[in-house]
Amino acid sequence: MSILVDKKTRLLVQGITGREGFFHATQMMEYGTQIVAGVTPGKGGEWVLDGKIPVFDTVVGAAETTGANCSVIFVPARFAADAILEAADGGIPLIVCITEGVPVQDMMQARSYITQHGSRLIGPNCPGVLTPGASKVGIIPGNIAIPGSIGVVSRSGTLTYEVLYALQRKELGVSTCVGIGGDPINGTSFLDVLAMFEDDPHTDQVVLIGEIGGTDEERAAEFIADHMTKPVAAFVAGMTAPADKRMGHAGAIVEGGSGLAADKIAALKSAGVRVAEHPDLIPEVVA
Amino acid sequence: MKLHEYQAKQIFSQYGIAIPRGRVASTASEAKSVAQELGGRVVVKSQVLVGGRGKAGGIRLANTPSEAEEVATQILAMQVKGLPVRKVLVDEAATIVEEIYLGVTNDRGARSPVMIASSEGGIEIEEVARIMPERLFRITIEPLLGLREYQARYLAASIELRRELWREFVGIAQGLYTAYTESDATLAEINPLVITGDGRLIALDAKMVVDDNALFRHAELAEMRDFDEEAPPEREARKYGLSYVKLDGDIGCMVNGAGLAMATMDVIKLFGGEPANFLDIGGGAGADKVAAALGIILSDSNVQAVLFNIFGGITRCDEVARGILMALKEVSTDVPMVVRLTGTNEAEGQRILAEADMLTAGSLSEAAQTAVSLANERHSV
Repeated sequence: MSILVDKKTRLLVQGITGREGFFHATQMMEYGTQIVAGVTPGKGGEWVLDGKIPVFDTVVGAAETTGANCSVIFVPARFAADAILEAADGGIPLIVCITEGVPVQDMMQARSYITQHGSRLIGPNCPGVLTPGASKVGIIPGNIAIPGSIGVVSRSGTLTYEVLYALQRKELGVSTCVGIGGDPINGTSFLDVLAMFEDDPHTDQVVLIGEIGGTDEERAAEFIADHMTKPVAAFVAGMTAPADKRMGHAGAIVEGGSGLAADKIAALKSAGVRVAEHPDLIPEVVA
Repeated sequence: MKLHEYQAKQIFSQYGIAIPRGRVASTASEAKSVAQELGGRVVVKSQVLVGGRGKAGGIRLANTPSEAEEVATQILAMQVKGLPVRKVLVDEAATIVEEIYLGVTNDRGARSPVMIASSEGGIEIEEVARIMPERLFRITIEPLLGLREYQARYLAASIELRRELWREFVGIAQGLYTAYTESDATLAEINPLVITGDGRLIALDAKMVVDDNALFRHAELAEMRDFDEEAPPEREARKYGLSYVKLDGDIGCMVNGAGLAMATMDVIKLFGGEPANFLDIGGGAGADKVAAALGIILSDSNVQAVLFNIFGGITRCDEVARGILMALKEVSTDVPMVVRLTGTNEAEGQRILAEADMLTAGSLSEAAQTAVSLANERHSV
C-alpha cells in the first residue's frame, strides 16, 4: 500500500514540547498516526497530548520503552544534527527531519554517521512523508490527498501540496508522498525513493517534482531510463530562475552552469518522463 | 555569504597559508601609503564580490607608490559587473613561476567535501573543467575523518608538483580544509596558488563563501558581511525573514514556499509575462509580514501588477486574506493585484477578499493570465 510509513509506524516526536512540534504532533495524531512517544531533553516524565503521550529525556529511553520505529524531528536548526545523530544512535531506522536551516557541514557529518548506522534519513528542510489514510509523519496537510496508487516524490513543500491538491481534485489517489527536502545535502535522494516506488506493489506510477540546483534530477532520469518499469511524470520548478542566486531553498541555486531547469527537463524527457509545463497540468500527464 | 578576497586571505593566513604582504584601502591616498610601506612593485585589486575582476580592469600593477595612488583612483571610481568598487587590496607583487589551483567545496552528489587541484591555476576552475578536464583532480573527503595526508599527497603528485614542494603543499591543503570546516564554508579556494621565483607557495587570490545557516555560531564571520554589496530590498527582506530576489520583469509575486514561488514565476513566463521577483514569505503570513513583503515588491518601480499565490496547508487562507487586507491599509498603491488562495479555510478566505473587492483567481494558471493582462493594460495606458 505504501513505502516508508504505514499503519504500523510507531512514531517518536523529537521536540514534542516545542511550538512547532506540539502543533504538528496534534495534527498527526488527529490524522491517525500512531504516536508513541515524545523526546524533549529535561522534560522526561511529563505527558502531553491530553496525557496520552509520554515524554522522554533521550531517544534511547523512548525507543526502549515504546518500541518506536520512526522519528520526526522539529527541533531548532542548531540542534537538528544532534537530534539526527541521537535518533540513529538510538537505533531508529527511519528519521524524518522537518527542520529548515541546518548547517551543511553538520549535515555532511550526520549523513555519513547515520549511513554507517544503517538508518535512513528523510530531509532535512522537508515536509515529511504522508501515506494517505494510514500515516502522516511531518507537516503535509492530511486533507489534500486521498489513498491511491500514485507515488509522489518532491524537493519542495507547498509546491508538493499544489500537486497533491491538483491530483485530489481529479480524484487521483496517492500511495505515499515523500518530501525529500530543499537542502543541498539531504538524507534520501530521488533515486532512493524511485527505487522504493518501483518495488512497491501498490504504486503504479510516480510523480516527481524537482527544482533547480544540483544534479539529482539528472541522476533520477538515468535511473528511470535504466531501471524503472512504472511510468513517471514530472514538473521541474525554476525555468525563470537567474544564475548564482539562491532561490529560497539552500539547494536551489544554479552554479557554474549546472543545476539548470532546462537541463533537468531535457534529461527527464529523454528518459521517457512526461514533463508538465506547469503544476496544474500534472493530472493531465499521469498515465 | 561571500567574503571579500582580503577577508578570505586573513582567514587563510590564520591557518598557516602564506599570503602576500598587503593591506586593504578605501581611498587612493591610503593605497599610496600601503604601497610605500610595502616598497617595490605592488598589485592593486578591486574588492567586489564578483568574479572576472581582472578582465574588467579591476586588478592592476603599479611600480611606484604614486602610480599605486593613480591606479587606485581609477579602480575606486569603476564598477565591476555593475558593482561599485569601495575598497582595494594593495599587495606586494610576486614573481610567478607557476600557477596552480586548490579548492575545497561541498560535493552535493557525494554528500561530502571534495578537494580539487589543478596545474592550471589563474583561470576559472569551471573553465578548466570544460576545456581540459584531464588536468583537474578531485578527492572526496570523508567528513568524519577529514582530509588525510595521503589524499593531499595524491593531489600534489597528480598535478605533477615538484617533490620538494610536497610537504608545503600538504600543509596548505590541510590548512585550507581546516579553514573550510572551522568557518562552516561552502567554498574555500586559492586561485592561483603560485610558486614564486624563490620556490615558495603563496596564495595570490582567495575566495570563501560561508554557509548562511551556520552564521549563528560565527559572530566574527557574520560581522564581515558587506552590507554595501547587498541591494537594499534584499537586505530589508532578510530582516523580516523573507527570501527575495529581484528580477527584471514587471509582475511582482508573493508566494508561500520556495518551490511554489519558483513555479509561480515559471507560470507567469509561460503565459507571456515576466516576473519582477522571487519572494517566499515562508510559513505563516501575518499582516506585518505581508505588509513588509508588499512594500519590498512595490519598491521596484518596474512592477505593474502583483500576484499573490498562497497555498494554505498549515497556513490558513482566512488569516492570509486578512493579512493582505491589513497590509493594503499600510501600503498605499495603485498597482493592480490578483490573489489566488487555495487550501485550508479557502472559502472563508475568498469571502473576506470578495467583501474587500479584491480580484481573485481559482487556479495558478488563471492568476498568472490575469496578472499578465493587468500588467499589459498598465503598459498600454
